[in-house]
Amino acid sequence: MVNKNKTVLFGLYDDETDLIRAIRKAKAAHIEIDEVYTPFPVHGLDPELDLKESRLHIAGFIYGAMGTLTAFLFMSWVFTRDWPIIFGGKPYWSVPAFIPITFELTVLFSAIGMVVTFYTICGMGPGANNPILHDRITDDKFCIAFDVEGGSQDHHGDDHHPVDVEKLKDFFKTTGATEVQTKVI
Amino acid sequence: MRRMLKPNKFMSAPISNIREPLITGSKTYHQITEDLIGPTEKVPGFAWIAGVMTSLALLAFGGVAIFWTIWYGIGSWDLNRTIGWGWDITNFVWWIGIGHAGTLISAILLLFRQKWRMGVNRSAEAMTIFAVMCAALFPGIHMGRIWMAMFIFPYPNTRGPLWVNFNSPLLWDVFAISTYFTVSLLFWYTGLVPDFATVRDRAKGFRKKIYSFLAFGWTGKAKHWQRWESLSLILAGIATPLVLSVHTIVSFDFATSVIPGWHTTIFPPYFVAGAIFSGFAMVLTLMLIVRKVLKIEDYITIGHIESMNKVILCTGSIVGVAYLTELFIAWYSGYVYEQFAFYNRALGPYWWSYFGMMSCNVITPQFFWIKKIRRSVAWTFVLSIVVNIGMWFERFVIIATTLARDYLPSSWSYYVPTWVEVGIYVGTFGLFFTLFLLFLRVAPVVAAAEIKSILKTAGDQYTGPNATHHAHHDDHGHDDKHEDLKLPADSNSFMDSNRNVATAPIVEKTKRTNTQEETTSYQKIEDDPEVYKGKEIDTNLDPDDPNYKSSFVAGAVGAGAGLTSLGTHEDDLKKVEGIGPAVEKLLKEGGVKNWKTLAAANPEQLKELLVEAGGTFKTMDPTTWPLQAQMADEGRWAELEKWQDDLDGGKIS
Repeated sequence: MVNKNKTVLFGLYDDETDLIRAIRKAKAAHIEIDEVYTPFPVHGLDPELDLKESRLHIAGFIYGAMGTLTAFLFMSWVFTRDWPIIFGGKPYWSVPAFIPITFELTVLFSAIGMVVTFYTICGMGPGANNPILHDRITDDKFCIAFDVEGGSQDHHGDDHHPVDVEKLKDFFKTTGATEVQTKVI
Repeated sequence: MRRMLKPNKFMSAPISNIREPLITGSKTYHQITEDLIGPTEKVPGFAWIAGVMTSLALLAFGGVAIFWTIWYGIGSWDLNRTIGWGWDITNFVWWIGIGHAGTLISAILLLFRQKWRMGVNRSAEAMTIFAVMCAALFPGIHMGRIWMAMFIFPYPNTRGPLWVNFNSPLLWDVFAISTYFTVSLLFWYTGLVPDFATVRDRAKGFRKKIYSFLAFGWTGKAKHWQRWESLSLILAGIATPLVLSVHTIVSFDFATSVIPGWHTTIFPPYFVAGAIFSGFAMVLTLMLIVRKVLKIEDYITIGHIESMNKVILCTGSIVGVAYLTELFIAWYSGYVYEQFAFYNRALGPYWWSYFGMMSCNVITPQFFWIKKIRRSVAWTFVLSIVVNIGMWFERFVIIATTLARDYLPSSWSYYVPTWVEVGIYVGTFGLFFTLFLLFLRVAPVVAAAEIKSILKTAGDQYTGPNATHHAHHDDHGHDDKHEDLKLPADSNSFMDSNRNVATAPIVEKTKRTNTQEETTSYQKIEDDPEVYKGKEIDTNLDPDDPNYKSSFVAGAVGAGAGLTSLGTHEDDLKKVEGIGPAVEKLLKEGGVKNWKTLAAANPEQLKELLVEAGGTFKTMDPTTWPLQAQMADEGRWAELEKWQDDLDGGKIS
């Protein structure tokens, strides 16, 4: 979560087609988009916003590998070092019998790890209170938000330019936004 | 209030009009919210309260039976030296099996990109979780001293430490089922979070507080959706082998023993198939009621029911084959104990349970070969209950008939459950339905956000026989495009005109906005290259780009009726996904010799060509071929390959 309050100007669109078209226009006009909110996963949106592929699957693999090692090494240690017992005349270190539990723990570690990671990096969790721009965003409106207090910058220069709010409002008007609001979050 | 449906420029183009719509009633996004979130906002009616009361009464009866068991011990179940397992393990396996459908629908069907899963995945997953809770109860109390239940987990203890036996299938069960429960819960809840956010944003007062907590602070950011989808996909990926492993391990409880009738290698696949079979039956039983009561027939359509019935038919047939295989192997093995076990099952004192199993599981699902029955709600309801009765008999047959007559004839007996065992089973129904009814009130029963994401590809106003928005018409908003857009025969100018047309939807959009003022300001921006480099966008076309698609189709339509040959050189048309050697031959005979020509062709013309050719050609969908060909022609191989990964046999999946 961002500690500092920021002021955003956001516009709502009725359709994902309008949203994508507006995003393209913003990009073409070099207006930096702060955030896009949608009521459902809009396919084809990620490349438009230049979002990199999520690396969650790498985390999932690492957690899974940790599960594999934990389960296998622990069972091996128990039955060869800590308390060796012969079951049914099999060797102490009976690898095939370890496979089911090793598999289950791989899945368990991977799932729990990924879910916890997901909520952590998204700043979410039980009772988390993230600012909500508009009540209809989780219903049927598609939202583009601009940071109007220095967050946005003109790509042509290195300096922060004061954002031309009127220009942004104009942008929303011309791209078919049905509602435009300013909010401090 | 219902918003006027806008033509869809983004997703409608690649839709096949052959597929049955998954969402009926010409929904809008907001209407979906109203329909699916609405039920959580109403005060429960009499039927719901009566249902909960009944369930709680059953649960209370189960509670008494469980208390009885714990107070007097397992002896109150009439289990003894030979009959160590009775109704308890029968019910355990039955409930676990029912749970499997939820994971199958949400995970395996997600991997297979079956969109119909979205109508039922939420409730099926809930069913999974509740069914696993019911199942886990049985081995828990079967251990007798339930306050010692932690002994089943490996933890450092004062007994040596003496560890649990990691080589035992019973312990594998502990790990499998606890993992299965946890992963199912995480998967289900993660899917629920965006919908809880929708409930939150519509709620007021105290309800808002509760749902704010449940929604975990979800806002719907694009990046969060991306991660959410990635997470769902990977959880589905790992839940798929998990669900198969769970019932495999449950079957190991039997298969690794030395009891005739149990120690067969066919058990794992046969158990998994049986689990899916019974699970789908339970999903149907529940959803047929739920869709009626909550009036969500538009989201769980007859098409959904038919799809599930097909799964039942398939897995039911697998189960049937497994039964017959068991019989055959018993005879063919020449092993007298095995032969006796099966003879005893079919013709011994428990013949009635074997008969019930065979008729309910093998014969009744075969009715689903008939399309009318597959699509009949009444038939499906009855048969789904019959299937679950049959699957309960299957577990009873496996457990009771085998144990009642073991190796020693002197210890043979006839096992009958006591009221305590029956009571616990009844109690689990109480638990299951109490939880399920609460779920119906608290959470959106159908995954609303996911349904919205398929609206434009599976809504009945976009696809199917009643579609009012046909892709090509939508893309331009003017049906007179044939006259409007003249395409020069020269290929270069074709590309140019293509680009120009790309702006057509945007201009059209401006026309749709009513006020003159907006139109002028828009054009002003577009005219000013410093502010809006409109032309630049058009050169960066990609296949996901609606303008690209639409412009292309428009350009091609303008080409006129016949297929214009552009150049005489020949290319390998098979590079286009969906075109095989036979189609290539057909196209080349039809004058389409190279990528360029194919690129300029219009899918409708290609379709005509295919229909004329008849046979299997008729069913092919050439919608994407021109686009693919264009990429090939322009040498954008990486892009083409990437796109082809998403395509399903050349069709947009």
